[in-house]
Amino acid sequence: MVETLRPTNEAELQSALIGLSQSGLAAEIRGAGSKAAIGRPLQLPAVIETTGLSGITLYEPTELVMSARAGTSLGEVESTLAERGQMLAFEPMDLGPATGGRGGVQTMGAVFATNVSGARRIAAGAARDHLLGVRAVNGRGEIFKSGGRVLKNVTGYDVARALTGSWGTLAVLSEVTFKVLPKPQETQTLVYVGLSDDVGVEMLCAAMGSPFEISGTVHLTAGLTSRLELGRLSREAATVTAIRIENFTSSVAYRIGRLKDALKIYGTPELLEQDASLLFWSELRRLSPVTPAPGDAPTHLWRISTAPRQAAKVVDAIRRNMQVEACYDASGGLIWLEVTASADAGGADIRRILSTHGGHATLIRAEPAVRGSVEVFQPMSASVERLTRGIKAAFDPSAVLNPGRMYAGI
Amino acid sequence: MTHIRLPEPDRAIVARRDQITADLIAIAGRDAVISDEDGRRAFETDALTSYRRMPLAVVLPETTETIANILRYCHTQGVKVIARGAGTSLAGGALPAEDAVVVGISKMNRVLDIDLPGRTMRVQTGITNVSITAAVAPDGFFYAPDPSSQLACTLAGNLGMNSGGAHCLKYGVTTNNVLGVRMVLMTGEIVDIGGPYVDAAGLDLLSLVIGSEGQMGIITEATVRIIRAAEGARPMLLGFDSSEAAGRCVSAIIASGIIPVAIEFMDRPAIEVCEAYAKAGYPLDCEALLIIEVEGSETEITERLEQMLELAKPFRPSSHAISSGPDQSAKIWKGRKSAFGALGRIADYYCMDGTIPLGRLPEVLTAISQICTSYGLRVANIFHAGDGNLHPLIMFDANDPASEQRAEQAGSDILALCVEVGGCLTGEHGVGIEKRDLMAKQFNADDLRVQMRLKSVFDPGWLLNPAKVFPLDADQRGDLPAMRSSTLPAAA
Ligand SMILES: Cc1cc2nc3c(=O)[nH]c(=O)nc-3n(C[C@H](O)[C@H](O)[C@H](O)COP(=O)(O)OP(=O)(O)OC[C@H]3O[C@@H](n4cnc5c(N)ncnc54)[C@H](O)[C@@H]3O)c2cc1C
Repeated sequence: MVETLRPTNEAELQSALIGLSQSGLAAEIRGAGSKAAIGRPLQLPAVIETTGLSGITLYEPTELVMSARAGTSLGEVESTLAERGQMLAFEPMDLGPATGGRGGVQTMGAVFATNVSGARRIAAGAARDHLLGVRAVNGRGEIFKSGGRVLKNVTGYDVARALTGSWGTLAVLSEVTFKVLPKPQETQTLVYVGLSDDVGVEMLCAAMGSPFEISGTVHLTAGLTSRLELGRLSREAATVTAIRIENFTSSVAYRIGRLKDALKIYGTPELLEQDASLLFWSELRRLSPVTPAPGDAPTHLWRISTAPRQAAKVVDAIRRNMQVEACYDASGGLIWLEVTASADAGGADIRRILSTHGGHATLIRAEPAVRGSVEVFQPMSASVERLTRGIKAAFDPSAVLNPGRMYAGI
Repeated sequence: MTHIRLPEPDRAIVARRDQITADLIAIAGRDAVISDEDGRRAFETDALTSYRRMPLAVVLPETTETIANILRYCHTQGVKVIARGAGTSLAGGALPAEDAVVVGISKMNRVLDIDLPGRTMRVQTGITNVSITAAVAPDGFFYAPDPSSQLACTLAGNLGMNSGGAHCLKYGVTTNNVLGVRMVLMTGEIVDIGGPYVDAAGLDLLSLVIGSEGQMGIITEATVRIIRAAEGARPMLLGFDSSEAAGRCVSAIIASGIIPVAIEFMDRPAIEVCEAYAKAGYPLDCEALLIIEVEGSETEITERLEQMLELAKPFRPSSHAISSGPDQSAKIWKGRKSAFGALGRIADYYCMDGTIPLGRLPEVLTAISQICTSYGLRVANIFHAGDGNLHPLIMFDANDPASEQRAEQAGSDILALCVEVGGCLTGEHGVGIEKRDLMAKQFNADDLRVQMRLKSVFDPGWLLNPAKVFPLDADQRGDLPAMRSSTLPAAA
């Protein structure tokens, strides 16, 4: 039987972890569970759920800083920020719906523990770049803090940031402090239809090389656009390439004009005004384009990082081995690749191709049997693996926290 | 400033100096090894100049492989190693030791690859900060972190300290602008982390390595993010009758939703020194000055600056001036960036680097001035106001040891105050030896233990840049492996 522990404060979290490590039991660490289907499948005797650690503990809009207990929902944070015209600039994605989990429920602790970051990362950085400090409990049951609540801090090692993307394998965050930013006054999007992948990515790179502070760049292959709710984009079964500009209203108008001009060899774009823009980018935040509708044939989903100049080549090479659709984010450098379901989700081909082009891949959506047999996270070099094992042992020597979620034995 | 304790050198290692030097020459070549006294003396300190130690030997290698061979050798011999960039650390981060080999990265300064469409660049880390931008400036790009020491300091040192600069408010610090590194561990093992793409795979090792003050490995190459420069940029000067008014103006601007590229603050003593040096047109009739820079097209810049002037009105600026053009802009920034050097021409000073929550600025500035007065010292304040990173420059007389000692004490009091109000000991200069013994003010034993265990993962023998960052007695607290071979610490 699985024992579920739901601490309501840091001291209870600490006792829970001390108890588990003394009895030699490992626990799955979860927030609201929206990402439970990501990672190597776990069968552990206990679960620690952080949703009882809830509430915003500090918000200073004039200092651009907020602290929240780890189980506070992202929704609560975003609505509190919106009241003061602010936002999380890294635009955290919601991986729930795309992986069969619940949408709109994720917790702040999990946002940072998985470093989920949306299209605006290309301009503003990822979750890791906005984290200022944490309080946490490690697998030894030690409560510790790292970083703080100020925007600039190099006191000691950057342990807080090193916990981002560790998927609960090193420590359970109990409180996170992060930088927030003003919401832009206006958002508009230029949409180009029908560009091939390589031309689309080339245009996105050119846009990023312009001085107009682009804050979102995606290219969707033709098979994905029909999943967009946005009517006028989904009518055409053709690729869609989109560029977002956010700024003061007067600046947006000026910059959109200049950009259209600079990119005119790529054709005449359609303009999405504020409302349509917000809808389009929120669909990307939920990964709608790579989420099959009920009744669609099952597919697997990968997240690939590569240099933008390699992006279209990588997808091309993979396409020679299997049927794929791609959602290129970050001017091509981050590819959400949907592939026809297969025994290894295409992992062997994908990783072989990446080993020649450079980059790495994480399996985001597949049934447990596949996630149990394929390396979900990119395999490490021998030296990185040795360091990673050492770091795991430093935080969690008796392997209480999510053992095996990222890598076997870690 | 001489009250910081440094460990006694390991006599057995010092006694083997000739043999070790000969071995280093065999590994790295005669040209790469500096062993004579005059040569070594050039490396005996960094920008915290009151502490000096002659290194055992200095090696200036030209390849990652040579560095790997040196570290492998030192590892087997139990010889400590101190990585060095340009030696501009203000925290004693690059201070040598008599029983340690200094490995300088300065000869490894090449640009290896520029990928404009991907907006990344691969460089050897001995490159100076300003040369990174220089390599892509003709194409309209730049590397964002811009420490005031950028003409001299190396990317290696920036990585070691996770350095910042005036334009970090908008673009972030070093860790936000680096995508990958090649690093040599103390064992000689070469590790590649990350690359020219948005996330590194696996754990976020980059976060640990950047800002580890040369204690985890020697970084020889890095992939950095480069950014397309804005169409234009222009600073504005706003003078105020009190530091408090200036501080509240900063809060009002940020609350309004405008994030300027930079908001720099100077008080009267700083303004006077910098104006005398740079002739930038700083107003001389005010108690506090803000330099606020915005970017964009000419129209956008004008619009944004006017918006900010409007926001500043309730705080009754005593003067305002918008830079007349590129010429004056350059002077305004030159004045700011040479502030430390300019002050250095009229007084010895001790530069602090605490960060505070912006809302506490007025009371902290008052307290800083009280602290310094109580020690009979003068202080100039110059800092990155947008992010609360203070640089009080405490003036003293280096020929008077008592005044020097008082400056150090005033500095400690100020940093303790920063921590007390919710800030931290160092915003961008790093801990080094300087703030090592203050770490316990910010961190408890468990916080420190968590960090020190990570050091042990990368360098179990604690041979890399020893006696820095952590209080010297911190290892006496528990489950860490014995890590310092040194005997009792002595006064410097
Ligand atoms: C006038 C002046 C102005 C300054 N202004 C600023 C400022 O605006 N912002 C700011 O952040 N700092 C500033 N500094 C501090 C200093 O310039 C920075 O800390 C800088 O990054 C140090 O670079 P360096 O090349 O001189 O490194 P060094 O001083 O040689 O070394 C710094 C640290 O990095 C480590 N290190 C060096 N090379 C390597 C390597 N290859 N691998 C791993 N670790 C390594 C060293 O061991 C040491 O701990 C200023 C200093 C001066 C003197």
